[in-house]
Amino acid sequence: MRPTQVQGCSGCPASSNGNNILKESSADRRICGLRLFAHPTDKPRSHKGLGGADMASFGHVCDFRGSQTLQSARFLRHPLTRIVRPIPRHYTMDLTELNISQIRNALAAKQVSAEEICQEHLKRIGERDSEVRAYLTVTAERALAQARKVDRLVTEGRPLPALAGVPVAIKDAIVTRGVRTTCASKILENYVSPYDATAVERLESAGGVILGKTNCDEFAMGSSTENSAFFPTRNPVEPSRVPGGSSGGSAAAVAAHLATIALGSDTGGSIRQPAAYCGVAGMMGSYGRVSRYGLVAFASSLDHIGPFARSVADLACVLGVIAGRDPLDSTSVDVPVRDYGAALDGDVRGLKVGIPREYFEGLSSETGANIQKAVDLLARLGCEVHSISLPHTAFAIGCYYIIATAEASSNLARYDGVRYGFRSEDHKNGLREMYKKTRDAGFGAEVKRRIMLGTYVLSSGYYDAYYRKAQQVRSLIARDFLEAFDEVDVIVTPTSPFPAFKLGERVDDPLQMYLADIYTVNASLAGIPGISVPCGRTATKPCLPVGMQILARHFDEARLLQVAHAFEKAGGFAIA
Amino acid sequence: MTLTEDDVRYVAELAHLELTGGEVKLFKLQLGAILEYMQKLNELDTANIEPMAQVLGPGAPNPSIRADRNVPCFPQEIALANAPDPGPGLFRVPSVIERE
Repeated sequence: MRPTQVQGCSGCPASSNGNNILKESSADRRICGLRLFAHPTDKPRSHKGLGGADMASFGHVCDFRGSQTLQSARFLRHPLTRIVRPIPRHYTMDLTELNISQIRNALAAKQVSAEEICQEHLKRIGERDSEVRAYLTVTAERALAQARKVDRLVTEGRPLPALAGVPVAIKDAIVTRGVRTTCASKILENYVSPYDATAVERLESAGGVILGKTNCDEFAMGSSTENSAFFPTRNPVEPSRVPGGSSGGSAAAVAAHLATIALGSDTGGSIRQPAAYCGVAGMMGSYGRVSRYGLVAFASSLDHIGPFARSVADLACVLGVIAGRDPLDSTSVDVPVRDYGAALDGDVRGLKVGIPREYFEGLSSETGANIQKAVDLLARLGCEVHSISLPHTAFAIGCYYIIATAEASSNLARYDGVRYGFRSEDHKNGLREMYKKTRDAGFGAEVKRRIMLGTYVLSSGYYDAYYRKAQQVRSLIARDFLEAFDEVDVIVTPTSPFPAFKLGERVDDPLQMYLADIYTVNASLAGIPGISVPCGRTATKPCLPVGMQILARHFDEARLLQVAHAFEKAGGFAIA
Repeated sequence: MTLTEDDVRYVAELAHLELTGGEVKLFKLQLGAILEYMQKLNELDTANIEPMAQVLGPGAPNPSIRADRNVPCFPQEIALANAPDPGPGLFRVPSVIERE
């Protein structure tokens, strides 16, 4: 664990280098919002204690922190503590490394404030995100206000909610009130949502501190985050590689410790695949488990919101907060939300794990080697490993890309330059021309490609041959899983056929990009839950993370998390 | 079955997309390849298979239909706040001209 040497201001790069902040990268400029709270020229805070109105000036740490370590800064910032205390061990901890329960314990013991945790993350974003480029928007002001609210709960001795003070990143396909939500598209570049997504509202109600909005493929269409209209995100493990997608910014933010947890969306693997590529855990609950109210619609029969984290316990905690029926999403269902945290430690001995043969054809040998070791580990933990067949696997990509694009063409019809979003000014010939020019200038190539594909498969004369056929094949794929789950409790597969590929490697061949989703789209089509957890790295350089996917029956998320947790505890994340 | 440039233009018209000549050529190739790949589904006999109409899995409670009641909604100014060309209580659009 790295000791924290807090050099200069936490969160405001201006004080550490003494330079004009505008000369810094755009990531640093975004952080400038922080100046509202932590500018070196502001008056020093009055040391009256923690919380209440006094918290408003709590951010002026740069006045006296200087080059001191966090240890002494802590002492200075608790002036009520007049005696010099021995330096507790946890102060050598990097606040961006804490997990949810560590944050909670540290807050409850008043060892650290939510604001400090927030500031430390904002500072790290300022330092690191110019390289990773995980964030499209940093919401420093909103984050600090929320952190102070959490700190007030601590000061007042009130019970702390589940995610108290936990720094969260939100995929920019999920709306946030008063904050730009772009979906990484030019057509929504200046869109400011008038409401919060239900998942966002639940996270904040549970004390989560939203640091910002993360980059993704435009309208969540892609597997590499290269389809963002603004810039690609880089894999924090190896910057020449993609972070995966579409929720690449959220995965990269969690991997690079630019947030403790993140929300992404998964339509055909958009949480699980980037989690695998960035070496973090990511999960998609069953269809209907988490409300999609406020998720910008891509393919409504496939879209999910789900969490990213660096541990299974954190995933379980976040899922518990965001899951459950929401009257604002008619597809969310009233299935009881389990205590996922309590389910983690169940016995996995005797659990039947299915390994589908079809998922090991065309797999890169390195990924295959890691998955084999992972399966061996599960066997050593007492799981019964069974070879199974999911016979319609090879048809999943074709099926998925018909259904997903058909639904996308219909969902994206709403972007017409009338009620919100970009409008082309070039429309001498009236309304219809305005629609076309707006959509032409507003959508990127992949989005247009999918709208075209979806429109084609739904068009008169082709509907039965493509769309109806795909819905029939979808029934077969779902039936494969139902039958498999008569035999086994969970199914274990690779998350992706290969580890993170190089930026630019697949952009020119959309079909090759689609085929990378071969192991993730199946569960999406069937509506069952899936999780991807790290299972070591490839043996050869650059030693990229490999992800293992676990699938379970509808609404059996607790089982998924239990197996994933047992695997993590046994050292599976770092398997070698 | 091969996709022609006319097919691409026709679909673009349906989708309200204005494609450049280059895009039409590119999409003809790319969409053609993808649609060809999708032919793989025809290897399956699905004559007696029902199309999948709901994703929730067996035994899940069907999402209920909500009561048809008025619920609070955004006031006009908020609903108009993101409009490119808002008017007093309305979205302004260019004149509607008959299609040829």
